[in-house]
Amino acid sequence: MGAYIVRRILIAIPVFFGITLIAFGILATAPDQLGALIDPERRAAMSPAELEQVRHDLGLDGPPYVRYGRWLGLQPIVAAVTGEKPITGLLEGNLGYTLSTRRPVAEELAVRVGPTLLLMITAVLFAVLVGIPVGIISAVRQYGKLDYALTGTTMVLISTPTFVLGLILMYLLGVTLRILPIGGMQTLGKPFSLFDLFGHMAMPVLILGFANAAPLMRYTRASMLEVLNSEYVTTARSKGLASRTILVRHALRNALIPIITVIGLLLPELIGGAIITEQVFSWPGMGLLAVRAASQRDPSLMMGIVLLVSLAVLTANILTDVLYTYADPRIRLGR
Amino acid sequence: MVAEAGPAQIAIATHESLLREAVRKFVRHRLAMVGLGMVVSVAVIAIVGPFFLPDAFFTDFLSHPPPAPPSNLHFLGTDTSGRDVLARVALGARTSLIVGFGAVAVYVTIGTLIGLSSGYLGGWVDQVLMRFTDTVLSIPILLLVIIFVAVVGASLISVITVIGLLGWPSVARIVRGQVLSLREAEFIAAARVLGVSDGGIIRRHLLPNLVGPLTVVATFGVANAILLEAALSFLGLGVQAPSPSLGNMIIEARAPAVLQDAPWFWLPPGVLIALLVLGVIFIGDGLRDALDPKSQRRT
Repeated sequence: MGAYIVRRILIAIPVFFGITLIAFGILATAPDQLGALIDPERRAAMSPAELEQVRHDLGLDGPPYVRYGRWLGLQPIVAAVTGEKPITGLLEGNLGYTLSTRRPVAEELAVRVGPTLLLMITAVLFAVLVGIPVGIISAVRQYGKLDYALTGTTMVLISTPTFVLGLILMYLLGVTLRILPIGGMQTLGKPFSLFDLFGHMAMPVLILGFANAAPLMRYTRASMLEVLNSEYVTTARSKGLASRTILVRHALRNALIPIITVIGLLLPELIGGAIITEQVFSWPGMGLLAVRAASQRDPSLMMGIVLLVSLAVLTANILTDVLYTYADPRIRLGR
Repeated sequence: MVAEAGPAQIAIATHESLLREAVRKFVRHRLAMVGLGMVVSVAVIAIVGPFFLPDAFFTDFLSHPPPAPPSNLHFLGTDTSGRDVLARVALGARTSLIVGFGAVAVYVTIGTLIGLSSGYLGGWVDQVLMRFTDTVLSIPILLLVIIFVAVVGASLISVITVIGLLGWPSVARIVRGQVLSLREAEFIAAARVLGVSDGGIIRRHLLPNLVGPLTVVATFGVANAILLEAALSFLGLGVQAPSPSLGNMIIEARAPAVLQDAPWFWLPPGVLIALLVLGVIFIGDGLRDALDPKSQRRT
């Protein structure tokens, strides 16, 4: 077990550096980086020397590998050789500064993490609480009317883009019935109250929750069917065990183990869904920030977001792998 | 599969009957046929529609103040700029189909190449390529696509290229897995013993066996690419106005007034995306059941 966890973490290290390379590479491949950074009118008024100064200030001078090293935080080492003033980088916790607000990227990200986590964790809980039971019911009633109704609904949920679902819900509950607020995290000008927060959370959580409950239901159903058709369930049945006992003690326990991995694998999609959901409901989280960073072509902010998000996915993958080995006695006791 | 390296005709004969069997299974798959019907009807609207419908860029301010509700002149009404919604939906569906098939063609090619090299060569090549695949997979694709498009500039071509360049990891993993299990199969060993070159083994023995799984992955890939393009265009980072895309037609619905008062122009593109994606997924399910001997399903 211990050795496995250590190996799993060691494998993640090159992946992490790969992510920094991709995050940096995206911006290094931009055809005209300065063009994305300064508005053209101001740029036309500048002299070549001033332009060079701006380039230097923004850390855009030098070949790509020097800039990558500087961003990553290898610059103190470089500085020791060349005698420049050392600049801290990523490894020292400096993600750079945003273009529009000139504030540290880490600071911009910090205020966004909370709302996004709140949204995502509630949505995952919702998805698990809805998707797994529905998948089980559907599998037990395979090819029955209920199964067709549930799988049908799931297919529609999978095929409809999150933003369309969001807008339909907003149309029904937000603007027609007017029972829920249509955006933001709390009512402006009102003192903070939990009730108000829950009201604002309801629609985004429902949308993100349903969007992720659907694939979860599909996997649970498939996994459950596989187990229900296995030989040991037939054995249990022929022993004359009550179908309830078979379901709970034999089938469920084995069918749910692979679901751990599925929940972990859903995370990248969950984040994608969160970007869209936050956009639809103006939820002040990372997704909204990501779209803003992209529209404004803010390099440090974009790199920071990619880095933070992929680090979260990487950690979650390790956690699910470890959890999986722990949950499955065949692996836990295997050695 | 014929294990002996017998006369070529025998191999061809089994191959054809396998294909025929797959076609027969596919045609009998009720949902797949429904899906095919849905996709074909959307495709007909997309391809033929624009020739019969009003100009998708013409702004009609005279007959109705925009946005106008559905009428005899404009079957689905007009948008806030007075343009015919049905005509724009048809052109938007065209965009969706182009992106869906274009992007998937690009990434299935890349994924197959990477998966083949990884699985067939093994060793450090496999290690490096698989770590690279892990890396790309650990960044949510929507985020990656948003940022790439922002950097290279949003347009139809860049959307296709970017989805094509980033969608390959799942394909590469499947191809690698298939190659790893096929590599140990007896007929490959037999071919090697007979002195068939690596290139010959890949072309004659590996690739034909990959066609089945690749067809299935590619079909589901088309559904994903269509959804990605719609999301991207909805975020304003995909196909740019005034070119219509099913995603960017829905942007305006973010204004509560439009959302409430003019559902005729944001609902149709949304429903059309859902229909198209649902149809493609049904076809994918049918193909999987028809091509994978392991998945025996009652229809």
